[in-house]
Amino acid sequence: MKMEVKFYSGNVAAAEGAIAAGCRFFAGYPITPSSEIAEYMSRRLPQVGGIFVQMEDELASMAAILGASWGGLKTMTATSGPGFSLMQENIGLGAMTETPCVVVNVQRAGPSTGMPTLVGQGDVMQSRWGSHGDYELIALSPSSPQECFDLTIRAFNLAEEYRVPTMLLMDESTAHMYEKVVVPPADKIKVVERKRPRVAPEKYLPFKPARNMVPPMACAGEGYRVHVTGLTHDERGYPQTTDPEVQEKLVRRLCDKIRKNERKMRDMEILHMDDAELALISFGISARSSKAAVNRARKKGYKVALIRLKTIWPFPEEYFEKIADDIKNFLVVEINYGQLKYEVERNVGKGRVHHLPKFGGAVHTPEEIYAKIKEVYNGN
Amino acid sequence: MRVEIKFGGYGGQGIILMGNITARAAVLYDNKNAIFTPSYGPEARGGAASSNVVISDDEIDYPYVTHPDILVVMSQGAYEKFAPLLKDGGKLIVDEDLVKLKNGEGDVAKVAATRIAEEMGKRIVANIVMLGFFTGVTKILSYEAIKKAVLAAVPERFRELNEEALERGYKKGIEWQKE
Repeated sequence: MKMEVKFYSGNVAAAEGAIAAGCRFFAGYPITPSSEIAEYMSRRLPQVGGIFVQMEDELASMAAILGASWGGLKTMTATSGPGFSLMQENIGLGAMTETPCVVVNVQRAGPSTGMPTLVGQGDVMQSRWGSHGDYELIALSPSSPQECFDLTIRAFNLAEEYRVPTMLLMDESTAHMYEKVVVPPADKIKVVERKRPRVAPEKYLPFKPARNMVPPMACAGEGYRVHVTGLTHDERGYPQTTDPEVQEKLVRRLCDKIRKNERKMRDMEILHMDDAELALISFGISARSSKAAVNRARKKGYKVALIRLKTIWPFPEEYFEKIADDIKNFLVVEINYGQLKYEVERNVGKGRVHHLPKFGGAVHTPEEIYAKIKEVYNGN
Repeated sequence: MRVEIKFGGYGGQGIILMGNITARAAVLYDNKNAIFTPSYGPEARGGAASSNVVISDDEIDYPYVTHPDILVVMSQGAYEKFAPLLKDGGKLIVDEDLVKLKNGEGDVAKVAATRIAEEMGKRIVANIVMLGFFTGVTKILSYEAIKKAVLAAVPERFRELNEEALERGYKKGIEWQKE
């Protein structure tokens, strides 16, 4: 077996990445610009013994992938802004019940139904805390069809390892562009499976964490008794809805298993950092325009760096604290009116974080980013 | 080197497919990097259609075509809309029966792609005739690569027809080169 070169759109690459990661259940409701993922999975999943269900709506889609995950399968759904909003309630249920699954959100311009066929990046904050209550999720953002393939696999691996719904935060541009995708042979792809209980069924506590703060997961039909609830629960999985100590212990762990493992989830491309005075921060399609602008600025002698986040949540706070003193100015480039910007400000301090927004419907051109680089750099 | 190509015409001519086949040929059979971005949404379903391809030996950062090095148009509307975007010194390729040129174009390569397709009895392969011509004129892709990509994109019973269409267009392109 050797590497295969494919010519995929981002949507198809994400679907193939899911199959490669072991996804065998997809439930979804088609919505532009994510529909090709559902369409492709409806054809592809039966070929590998998987199940595709077209659901009545996004609430049910999210519920179905949680249920199928507890049935023992790796599961995924795909949607865009309006559908992502409808999924939030059950994404919270997934966080509370620690259910591994992958939610693809191909971002379009919002709010509400916005511009269905055109690009946006306005769901950065929603992908973190779109549901109510205290919790942490993982969100990854690809910049190319190749990364749609690679990061979907990684999303499944992280979902399984940390038992958490994992978001793949795509955008319309990356979803619909076609590019070279190199697919490694199956035995060269790292695939992670959820940890199963090793104790006897009568000794099993379904929400007792292992050392990494994640409880081993028994699925329905494996002989273990499981009780799954969105109510605050103890290690047995039983509801404890009047005991603040149980609540604290549970919520602290739900958040800390992500926060304290941030370094293992960290993934970014860093360019020209050594002598940089200005660092651009971007992700997804905007990062490609940013890269073109940074390379051009470098040729003109500007000491500019690019930090392209592939893992957006958890945010690499420790990294930004570390570089905060070395960099004079930061410039966040994103297709929204300021979301990731706040996270950067929070970590490096306000006043020197500049912003180049775009309101959706179009991608920044390298020229406008280059102009902004000059402006910030020269202190205008 | 980065080359930007734009295909334009009206819905139903196979303009989107032309972009797809061109980029696919570059990636799968000519070992280059390429990005194909179709126009997406209502405009792709009737009216003006366009598709865009960036080809490079290096990594491609910005994926969109702003000022094409090569513009291939198969309708008057697409010509009028996109010709002003053509890069200085860029190459314009037109279906000469469908596009009436105004003044001032520099480097124009003309072919009667639709007429040639009609002579073959299948107007629908006009886009493939044009792809052949484009390949012969520009030499960005090898003929072998574009042929493989065309044959992979069409149903088996239409392979012979499309191969002939491609070859006829390609020969015209080579002739144009010699002139």
